[in-house]
Amino acid sequence: MIVNRKPLTFWERLYLPAIIGGFKVTARHLFRSLFGGKTVTMEYPEQKWAVPPDYRGAPYLVRDQNGDTKCVSCQLCEFVCPPKAIKIIPPGPSGPMADRPNAEKMPLEFEINMLRCIYCGYCQEVCPEEAIFLLKDYSLTGLSRAEMIYDKQKLLALGGEHGGIQKWKHKLEEAKTQEDFPVKP
Amino acid sequence: MNWEFIIFSAVKVAIVIGVVQGMVAYAVLAERKISAWIQDRVGPNRAAPPFMKYIPVVGPALTRLGIFQPLADGLKFFLKEDFTPAGVRKVYFWLAPAIAVIPSMLVVAVIPFGSQLGHQQMVISDLNVGILYTFGIVSLGVYGIVLAGYAANSKYPFLGGIRSSAQMISYEISMGMSVIPVLLIVGSLNLNHIIGWQAQHGWMVFYAPISFIIFLVASFAETNRLPFDLPEAETELVGGYHTEYSSMKFALFFLGEYSNMIASAGMMVTLFFGGWTLPFWGLDHPAATLGAGIAHILIFLVKMLLFMVLFIWVRWMFPRFRYDQLMDLGWRRFVPLALANILVTAVVLWMRVR
Repeated sequence: MIVNRKPLTFWERLYLPAIIGGFKVTARHLFRSLFGGKTVTMEYPEQKWAVPPDYRGAPYLVRDQNGDTKCVSCQLCEFVCPPKAIKIIPPGPSGPMADRPNAEKMPLEFEINMLRCIYCGYCQEVCPEEAIFLLKDYSLTGLSRAEMIYDKQKLLALGGEHGGIQKWKHKLEEAKTQEDFPVKP
Repeated sequence: MNWEFIIFSAVKVAIVIGVVQGMVAYAVLAERKISAWIQDRVGPNRAAPPFMKYIPVVGPALTRLGIFQPLADGLKFFLKEDFTPAGVRKVYFWLAPAIAVIPSMLVVAVIPFGSQLGHQQMVISDLNVGILYTFGIVSLGVYGIVLAGYAANSKYPFLGGIRSSAQMISYEISMGMSVIPVLLIVGSLNLNHIIGWQAQHGWMVFYAPISFIIFLVASFAETNRLPFDLPEAETELVGGYHTEYSSMKFALFFLGEYSNMIASAGMMVTLFFGGWTLPFWGLDHPAATLGAGIAHILIFLVKMLLFMVLFIWVRWMFPRFRYDQLMDLGWRRFVPLALANILVTAVVLWMRVR
């Protein structure tokens, strides 16, 4: 479709309507933000945005409702992690026992290099114990590279308790939805 | 050549350059603040020396207005690495920022920024050919930009330099011709005489409105302000003629640009808006007392600041002109209009004399 450009009238060719229009728009915005206080700027450290519920922030380890470590040191997240940000040292045969009575082991050391993490969420997805979650933290800061490698204590402290998560129930539901996902007749 | 003249001139030069540079710093702040408000933002409101937060009410208010931002900006420019890219033409590369600044500072010399303080005239140099001097110096300003574009040995600065040489030279013609009616009406090139005439007969803008409009638009083009900022069109030329510059050399281009704005605001106030005079409260003749002298300087500054605000405000009103539109406006609209203006003014003056 070709739309022919209309020839400008004499009045328009004087640039005056454009000048008046531009003046009106800018004046309106100027007075609105100067006296009405209607600005769109979010002044960050003081005002923060509402983090959406399924936001993928920093990955942290979580504890269960009894305050025990959920991670069983299976190292799946370490293997799946694309940037290799996770490093797990398993306890080995003579290491300490797990917190939980029905878990075989827990990691001796669990490190996430937050400088490497790309917040993809694979670790959360792959974890069979629902022990690692991408929580809502998004402004991780530190003064050195060493400081940005979060160890097990720090990750557990930041992750907090996620009680009442029933892993097998969850998995069952997921399996069900996947089975009837490509809708069968 | 007496000592008193030398000392007072030196003092005036020092004060004027200091004030102009301070005004440049705060013009940048005003630009950022007003731009922010027009775009529904808040603008710089954080920079402050550490003790400011202990001063109740005033300290935070000043911080929110961004009063200390220019200090931080200036300090930042000094601390940046002064980088000279490989392959630049070194002599011109170093010369260009200086050439960009010096003319804009020299122009201020003839602008009367007040009547008198004591026995001192508040103008650095009361030249009889004030306007001629101004145009002579202003036309030097283009060399800084052209040299910068040429010396950088890089295509975008070069394009910016080429554009500016064409643009500034074109608009200088209509700018120069727009002032001729003013000179015809007043009959003098001395800026103080022009102000004196306006004090008697009223502001020149009412006698020569077309001159004023052409001068205003041409001064936007001369100072590379939007909508004529083709030499530094960020969206087209990366940064324009100063792309390859950093640190203080870049700051000097900034300084030159903003002092050009200040100088042309001063020229417009002097030529068309009565300079330091006000038509009421007896402020239209040279001051006899110290208080009146200071009042005259303040009047001049306020008028100039209004023009600075106009410069900044207009930036957000219009999109940038296309190159051919710019040339069309300059050569095919303003040059004939300015010529007609000269002719009509001359004929009207001739008729009135007869």
